[in-house]
Amino acid sequence: MSQHPAPVARPFWTPGVLVMVGFMIAGGLALLYRFTGGLGAVSNLDNAYPWGLWIGVDVASGVALAAGGFTTAFLGHILGREAYEPVVRPALLTAALGYTFVAFGVFVDIGRSWAVWKPIIFQNHNSALFEVAICVMTYLSVLWIEMIPIIAERYGKKIPLLGALDRGLSKFMWVFIILGVVLSCMHQSSLGTLMAIAPTKVHPLWYTPWLPLLFLLSAFAVGYPMVVVETTIATSSLKLESETPVLSRLIRFTILTLGLYMAIKFWDLADRGAFIYLWDGSGRSIAFWAEVGLGVILPWVLLLFPGVRASRRALFTVCLFIVAGVLLNRINVFITAFAPPFANHNYYPAMGEILVTAGCAATIMFLYRIGVTYLPVLSARRIEEVES
Amino acid sequence: MKLTRRGFFALAGATAAAAAPGAACAWESKAPENPYSCLVDITRCIGCRKCEQACNEVNHLPPPATPFDDARVFDAQRRPDEKTYTVVNRFETGRLDERGQSAPAYAKIQCMHCQDPACASACITGALSKKDNGAVHYEVTRCIGCRYCMVACPFQIPAYEYHNALTPEVRKCTFCFERITNEGKAPGCASICPVEAITFGRRAELLETAKERIRKDPARYVDHVYGEHEVGGTSWLYVSGVPFERIGFQKLPAAPPPKTTETIQHALFSYLWSPALLFGALGGVMALTHRGEDKNQQDKGERS
Ligand code: SF4
Ligand code: SF4
Ligand code: SF4
Repeated sequence: MSQHPAPVARPFWTPGVLVMVGFMIAGGLALLYRFTGGLGAVSNLDNAYPWGLWIGVDVASGVALAAGGFTTAFLGHILGREAYEPVVRPALLTAALGYTFVAFGVFVDIGRSWAVWKPIIFQNHNSALFEVAICVMTYLSVLWIEMIPIIAERYGKKIPLLGALDRGLSKFMWVFIILGVVLSCMHQSSLGTLMAIAPTKVHPLWYTPWLPLLFLLSAFAVGYPMVVVETTIATSSLKLESETPVLSRLIRFTILTLGLYMAIKFWDLADRGAFIYLWDGSGRSIAFWAEVGLGVILPWVLLLFPGVRASRRALFTVCLFIVAGVLLNRINVFITAFAPPFANHNYYPAMGEILVTAGCAATIMFLYRIGVTYLPVLSARRIEEVES
Repeated sequence: MKLTRRGFFALAGATAAAAAPGAACAWESKAPENPYSCLVDITRCIGCRKCEQACNEVNHLPPPATPFDDARVFDAQRRPDEKTYTVVNRFETGRLDERGQSAPAYAKIQCMHCQDPACASACITGALSKKDNGAVHYEVTRCIGCRYCMVACPFQIPAYEYHNALTPEVRKCTFCFERITNEGKAPGCASICPVEAITFGRRAELLETAKERIRKDPARYVDHVYGEHEVGGTSWLYVSGVPFERIGFQKLPAAPPPKTTETIQHALFSYLWSPALLFGALGGVMALTHRGEDKNQQDKGERS
């Protein structure tokens, strides 16, 4: 299994891929509507709830769930743990695609999409959003630069320019690798700073000046579980040999990072005396319990058992809970917790918003599929090769 | 190459260490000294909506949903929106007038033109900014439509043109920026009010006026100038005869919201000290873990 990454030799068009295409078309239609009728035509956003599903899921959760990229780059490239090489490339591909769609989500969500470049010229250094925007833009470029060697490995000979670019870059690649980790730490935390500007509008179960730290720690925590989830889905749907041995070793780090996140989260709740809101039975308290109980405490306890870490199915399930927990955290902070003082209604995403989000998710999977089919990303061999 | 790498990290580390202390400086308010302000006296307002009408005309807003002389509009609580910069709401106070009839209170609301506005601190491009004369001014040419200003505003004021597909704008009370800056006039609403419920002037003086009114007639007023301290102070100030919570005003902390976020941002990122430090540290680790591997890597690179 420690072979060099290679393109996956499997037929591309499968029923699963067709389903993805279906979602992509539906999302595309909703987008058409958004750019002709305005945000109001497709979304339930209004003056009380200016941010909704797209910021909460496509942007904030997208960034968090792409954390596998910088956390594996740290382990594989910076700490130089070669044993983990097999997960570095798929995580990088996911991150590159994930961030591309984070940027796309921003493009769709802002009212003046054509003005998306303006923060480069008009800078407000007091704004956490400004920092997030600049970091995401830069990191997105860094990710695609990091992808160049992988693309060149396959096409460098056919496209001489690409090969030359790759050779030119290889000396400086370490700069981009470190830069990627630094930029990630910056904007993962600043995403948390975003809602810190609205102390009176964010429910106390989530509002804390420590939001940036919690966002950073949860990004650290979700990185490897996300790698486990996507690698397991990829290897099982493409009928490749399982990567469980690497993954079970990888996930040991998560006991530490998730544990730290959990500890700080509870310390902060206790420190602010916000525990009282945990028992009021409100929708928000339930959302909090789902996020922390099912998404943090339960999987953390389960991860302590070596048997859970060693079993492919159990590991996948536990990691799915962690991923869902962080996803729910971002949704909670940006959507559930948001309580505008003069609103007499709640926000629920409109069908148009859901279609765009689902379409983007499907496109990411579709492109991932293309990526692993044509590029040397996955190291796992086909099952029949292993067996023969 | 290895040597230069080391040298680079030493430099990065040194820069970071030098910059770190500068980052520790405390947050300072950027509020203008004595800006223009308006004092609204709720006890005087008769709910005639002349201010709404004047605002509509001065700012060339579309015709109102309910005509300005139709009192049925008070049956529901309204909010300012993208077509209406100011609205007057009616509140039953439980009080009776001399003739034994219920005496409601009317409250005009609009952008408070905060002294340290959350919207301006949040705005990604600086499209919103607090001017020295007090107005929180919107410059559409900078706006990208991210609506973070709307998330940030504690008064839930900025509104958005959600049905404009390509060039939507953030809309809110302008403090009649042109009139007060270039024409030397009071805002439309303050100029028209028939009972002088809105006084235009300088903030310090208006605060004095407000306190004077309360002092002279303590039976008429509650002892609170709304906007003196709320979220760090606002350019619009209110005095009232009924407690503010009962007429739709929130209890708000005295700390300006930007204080938290700007403190975080500047503590972490002034002179980019923490990213530089992290870069240096990671580079150091990377150099250590890859000792003697440079040759290997070159081999790898050539294999493609
Ligand atoms: S009331 Fe809201 S929109 Fe007006 S200045 Fe204050 S924060 Fe900005
Ligand atoms: S919507 Fe416009 S004014 Fe509001 S924060 Fe974004 S760029 Fe600034
Ligand atoms: S014009 Fe004056 S009296 Fe009439 S509603 Fe406005 S503030 Fe009240």
